[in-house]
Amino acid sequence: MKEKLVLIGNGMAGVRTIEEILDRDPNRYQITIIGEEKYPNYNRIMLSNVLQKKMTVSEIITNPLEWYEENQIELINHDPAVKMDPNNKTISTSSGKEISYDKCILATGSRAFILPVEGAHLPGVVGFRTIDDTENMLEAAQKYQRAVVIGGGLLGLEAAKGLLDQGMDVTVVHLEKWLMETQLDEKAGRMLQADLEKQGLKFLMEKATQKILGETRVTGLAFSDGTTIETDIVVMSIGIRSETTLARTTTIEVNRGIVVDDFMKTNVPDVFAVGECAEHNGNVYGLVAPLFEQGKVLADVLTDKETKPYQGSTTFTSLKVSGCDLYSAGNIRETEGINSIEAFDGINYTYKKIFVRENQVVGVVLYGDTSEGNRYYNILRKNESIEEYTPVSLLHMVGEEASTDVSEWPDDEVICGCNGIDKGTIMTAINEKDLTSVADVTKHTKAGGSCGKCKSVIGDVLAYALGGEVVSAPTGICACTDLTRDQIVTQIYAKKLTSSTEVYRELNFSNPEGCPKCRPAINFYLNVAWPKEHEDEKESRYVNERLYANIQNDGTFSVIPRMRGGKTNPQQLLLIAKVAEKYDVPMVKVTGSQRIGLYGVKKDDLPKIWAELEMKSAGAYAKAVRSVKTCVGANFCRFGTQDSMGLGIKLEQRYEFIDTPHKFKMGVSACPRSCVESGVKDFGIIGVDNGFQIYVGGNGGTEVKEAVLLTTVETEQEVIDICGAMLQYYRETGIYAERTAPWIERMGFELVKDVLLDPEKRQELLAALDTAVTGRRGNPWDEVVEDAQTRQELYTVGRV
Amino acid sequence: MEKILVGQLASLAPRMGKEVIVGEQKIAVFRLSDDRIKAIENVCPHKQGPLAEGTVSGEYVFCPLHDYKINLNDGQVQEPDEGCVRSYETIVEADLVYIMV
Repeated sequence: MKEKLVLIGNGMAGVRTIEEILDRDPNRYQITIIGEEKYPNYNRIMLSNVLQKKMTVSEIITNPLEWYEENQIELINHDPAVKMDPNNKTISTSSGKEISYDKCILATGSRAFILPVEGAHLPGVVGFRTIDDTENMLEAAQKYQRAVVIGGGLLGLEAAKGLLDQGMDVTVVHLEKWLMETQLDEKAGRMLQADLEKQGLKFLMEKATQKILGETRVTGLAFSDGTTIETDIVVMSIGIRSETTLARTTTIEVNRGIVVDDFMKTNVPDVFAVGECAEHNGNVYGLVAPLFEQGKVLADVLTDKETKPYQGSTTFTSLKVSGCDLYSAGNIRETEGINSIEAFDGINYTYKKIFVRENQVVGVVLYGDTSEGNRYYNILRKNESIEEYTPVSLLHMVGEEASTDVSEWPDDEVICGCNGIDKGTIMTAINEKDLTSVADVTKHTKAGGSCGKCKSVIGDVLAYALGGEVVSAPTGICACTDLTRDQIVTQIYAKKLTSSTEVYRELNFSNPEGCPKCRPAINFYLNVAWPKEHEDEKESRYVNERLYANIQNDGTFSVIPRMRGGKTNPQQLLLIAKVAEKYDVPMVKVTGSQRIGLYGVKKDDLPKIWAELEMKSAGAYAKAVRSVKTCVGANFCRFGTQDSMGLGIKLEQRYEFIDTPHKFKMGVSACPRSCVESGVKDFGIIGVDNGFQIYVGGNGGTEVKEAVLLTTVETEQEVIDICGAMLQYYRETGIYAERTAPWIERMGFELVKDVLLDPEKRQELLAALDTAVTGRRGNPWDEVVEDAQTRQELYTVGRV
Repeated sequence: MEKILVGQLASLAPRMGKEVIVGEQKIAVFRLSDDRIKAIENVCPHKQGPLAEGTVSGEYVFCPLHDYKINLNDGQVQEPDEGCVRSYETIVEADLVYIMV
């Protein structure tokens, strides 16, 4: 019979402890986790990114439900523990479940502290702690205009920036003289404020909130100095309080937090506590690194491993607001015996301050350039003497500074502060497991998986580990080769390599048949280089492109018929409806680019559906010209200046079925209101009275990039020609799977602009495009419908 | 064990998979570049991806959903991922492909 381990709290500290236990002894315990929220374990630090729309909720889930299943952990979720009986060793949940334990970990975390002022419980007053809080804030931002954030600390500022990004008018109210007063000194705090003001945030400093105004919902705030401010929502972010309600119902000793010793034990046998709910040596921590350090100690204790006692943590902070790089660690108050070294660079607007006691660094504040944060943190953490350092140095030569050269760092140098992963651990993992990417390193060591600030240093370590003596970034396009895209393409031309087999053989790829990363890339490069000689290799194409239908998560496919410019008619709609009904298509949906998609189609039904639809393929599945989104334009809209639909259809017709390094999306808006959102299209048009503005390099998707104005032209023909030239230039110089935004950044916008606007070069590119795609632009669905052999090979399923 | 006819060798395209359903079992049959035939369960242990639609390289297939790399000989998932799918014996006689189920 396994011992029963119950974890109360499904958050970062507790689940990390469980992970550490599973690492050490996966079969030791029968584990139950009780959680209050309805989500599986997620990375709370990343909520700011969710609020700022840089990440989605699903991206911050660190352990999905499958993880619980795989590790045979019983998860009692959305059902908080409400009673604990340490004498009988049982816990009851809100829904009435009773669970018994042999060992119990309390990891109940903390809650946002809500100011005890009048009106604090009015609707519209929210905390910022959970996914639900974040979603409430995003929802409120849709409905309302003005927001006040009370608290100019880390979380408050991140919340304020998030609401500002959602288009709200945001004021931060702060009690102290400067922002983030526990992590920053006055100078850095004021620099931060100035930068945030430039981004559009407003500040009311040294203001004490006395009352929240409003009758049925918040309408404003009143301050102790008699002034007021109007607002539609209030975010309280003045601090956190350990969640100790459950522990307080028992004999467990609670002070500010649940009191634990150096081995995370409470005063009650077999009950432990970690994370924000725990108080160690008078300290309660609200940052991630200490939680993980505590988790490791507790995991050792619970698996009977010898362990060093937990001795408290040195914490550091950085802010997740772009344009405001700050870093702070350790003790940053100039009290007796602590002196400081300060450097301010008014040209680059950077500021450094190091706090020193008896020749040892005890604290650091960096603003504007935080690249050395890690280095100072290590000096601090290891109590290194700074006698050998030059305390102040100005204007040293480029390259003189060896500090960021990871090759010289000792193995115990901490790279990822959040997770306490040192260089040695990362090097071992890289070497033993043949890791080649930062993502791999994170997967195997957890380094970089929390706040993510150390990813560039992990990249340096990786480069050092893979490059031997020379520190250079890994250059190969995948693990099969060290060659870069440019080297491969040059060799394709130089040696006239016309098949991927030749490329793999002649260029000595370690894997003679490549991998899913290089195979589609090589196939694409060959198609561009030798459009006539190279035969497109179906077996190298990703399944979506091989079958001309997107594979869905359950192995079924989607069919998206062509509707040029998003325009359709009753006959098409009838056909689509008929087919959807006949083939029991489970879902019919309008896609993100104005097409009708049929989802959940079985593979062997695809050719039949295509035959009956009698419509073309939309190319909604490929790294290729996708579709052109249009607004209704001058045809019907009272603001439309141009025939956006007409131009969209022409563009689509002219360039459909052309392969590109990554998907290529277009949009044509007929007026500056840009209903098509042309500013985030690879090629976006905005019609104006005297012509067409052309924007390039806008990408929605994983990394949102705003398009840049390339030029304004007068005629539709010029738009079409510039588009074709851009397509071909991108085809010839793009790295496979590189979207246009990073492509333009790599090439340099000025160069791309010069090429596309030079009439001669434009004509050359257009001619090259036409030559390259002749004979390759048939409707793929027709080919399949007509070719029995292809249908047999690719679309049939054998049934016995 | 039963000997199940999949079809002619020529009906299978090199380095592409084909799904064969035998009773309740979904099986992915692959023709390698050297014309050897391999057969494994057509369900990736990770998220049940149809392995027949994956990229075939040498004696491995990469799941089309999340790139799990699976050995076509023994069905073993390669590191850093974990898991295993069933593998089936295959026979080619007179240009006809069979699997033993």
